[in-house]
Amino acid sequence: MARKARKTTTKGKAAKQNKRTKATRRLSAKSDRRAKSNRRTGAKPAKRAASKTNRRTKATRRTTAKPTRRVRPRRRAQVKRAPVRRSGTKKPTFMGWRRKNGRVGIRNHVIILPLDDLSNAASESVANNIKGTLAIPHSYGRLQFGEDLELHFRTLIGTGSNPNVAAVIVIGIEPEWTGRVVRGIAKTGKPVTGFAIEKHGDIKTVANVSRKAKEYLQWASELERQKCQVKDLWVSVKCGESDTTSGLASNPTVGNFIDKFDAWGATTCFGETSEITGAELNCAARGKTKKIGQKFLNTWQAYMDEVIEPHKTDDLSDSQPTKGNIEGGLTTIEEKAFGNLEKIGKKTRYIDVLGPAEAPKKGPGLYFMDSSSAAAECVTLQAAAGFVVHLFPTGQGNIIGNPIEPVIKLSANPRTVRTMGEHVDLDVSGILRREMTLNKAGEALIEITMRTCNGRLTAAETLGHREFVLTKLYRSA
Amino acid sequence: MAGPHYIVHDKTDSVGVVVVEGVKKGQMLTGWVMQGNKTVRMKCLNTIPIGHKIALAPMKKGDTILKYGHDIGKVVAAIKKGGHVHVQNLKTKRW
Repeated sequence: MARKARKTTTKGKAAKQNKRTKATRRLSAKSDRRAKSNRRTGAKPAKRAASKTNRRTKATRRTTAKPTRRVRPRRRAQVKRAPVRRSGTKKPTFMGWRRKNGRVGIRNHVIILPLDDLSNAASESVANNIKGTLAIPHSYGRLQFGEDLELHFRTLIGTGSNPNVAAVIVIGIEPEWTGRVVRGIAKTGKPVTGFAIEKHGDIKTVANVSRKAKEYLQWASELERQKCQVKDLWVSVKCGESDTTSGLASNPTVGNFIDKFDAWGATTCFGETSEITGAELNCAARGKTKKIGQKFLNTWQAYMDEVIEPHKTDDLSDSQPTKGNIEGGLTTIEEKAFGNLEKIGKKTRYIDVLGPAEAPKKGPGLYFMDSSSAAAECVTLQAAAGFVVHLFPTGQGNIIGNPIEPVIKLSANPRTVRTMGEHVDLDVSGILRREMTLNKAGEALIEITMRTCNGRLTAAETLGHREFVLTKLYRSA
Repeated sequence: MAGPHYIVHDKTDSVGVVVVEGVKKGQMLTGWVMQGNKTVRMKCLNTIPIGHKIALAPMKKGDTILKYGHDIGKVVAAIKKGGHVHVQNLKTKRW
């Protein structure tokens, strides 16, 4: 077993090196582009480059007839360090688990994943037997069909595949669909086994699964953390029980984080389709290209046409904004939407639009995911897409957590921080008192995030918040 | 420096947000306009809870309210400068 663990580590290292080489190559390409654009525009050298060297470069350009070839390599070297200088924040590292498929996790769970509602009891029994394993009960998995069934599989397979999970046991009432989930998760290379209850009964199944779960848990407990970079990190964001302090301070703090992490090559994700209503054109304008912005608009319009319009009974004033939002001073969906969008920062542009629980495929960058604005549904989908740490700004105090993706809460509402402080990981109410700049708040969020990645338990983790809520598209057959 | 009683996000906004507890009717309030980092003052006409909006100018029925520099809905009952802006006088234009 120990040998197995070591093997994983070695492979992990190789993957890391490979990735590093790729990243360097990417960076070089970028620096070339930047150098070119500098030449084209004749603009002043960017602030980020060391001024001394710049002066020299300029001089070279003036005095030499063909300076290009000689200047370039020096520029490349400067630009390589650029992101650190540009943001003024030191790029952090963390100790994570690198999985066989190259992805990095910040937790090392062994999960007992029920295929369906019927298998919850057995899953919870196993988790009770084998201390340190984690059962993830939920309400569905029977007689679903079409796109709703596909989403069910995608969410379960994605949850098991998340790099915060070291190994998985799937329990289902029957072996066919159980096997489909097992095969999906096995593609990551992590240990996974399925068990069916039919022909065995709960008691025998629990006994069999418990033995396997013990084996997986002991194996996982010997996996070692290794040093990882920000570009290995997949971060999702979503706000909840927002109020006006969210739009003014805690959401822009997340936005500041996203701008910094985007420049460092992290993979990030925002969602909440219905909650962009009122700011949908502004959101479309934040797409990397017009085509991607249009893809967002189509997704948003489809949500309006297929979900909101056919089912609404009023102007949604009793649901969106929520009663908590209204208590906190938010009045309209438009107001909520503009506050919500503050989470994606000032300059970051999303590079693709994802379906619910769909994993990003275009490499590092910001993604929009078509998702409900209900906290647990949204975070469950983001975790299933592979995101390993979540930033959750709240105004009135949403207390959500997730079983496999740690949820970091920040709030700028001084009353919330005072009355429900046990739920808040980071207090940014100083922004509203003009005691804290947005940049400082962003840095504080980076610090608490890296501590969380290194193992610090979030408030939600310590309080046992494990809301795992599957998105259901329509009634089962 | 004592913190502001209310914050205005954009210069063009027609409302600010009360960011302290205990703001009382008739109180003189200090505001901070984030865009441009300006300090302003205004008298408050209602008791306004933390997080709730205050009108920066008088508004009549049918007017559009701007926040973050954008349209966040329509006025459905006239509002005086310094008045409480919420569900009783502001409604969404959507859905």
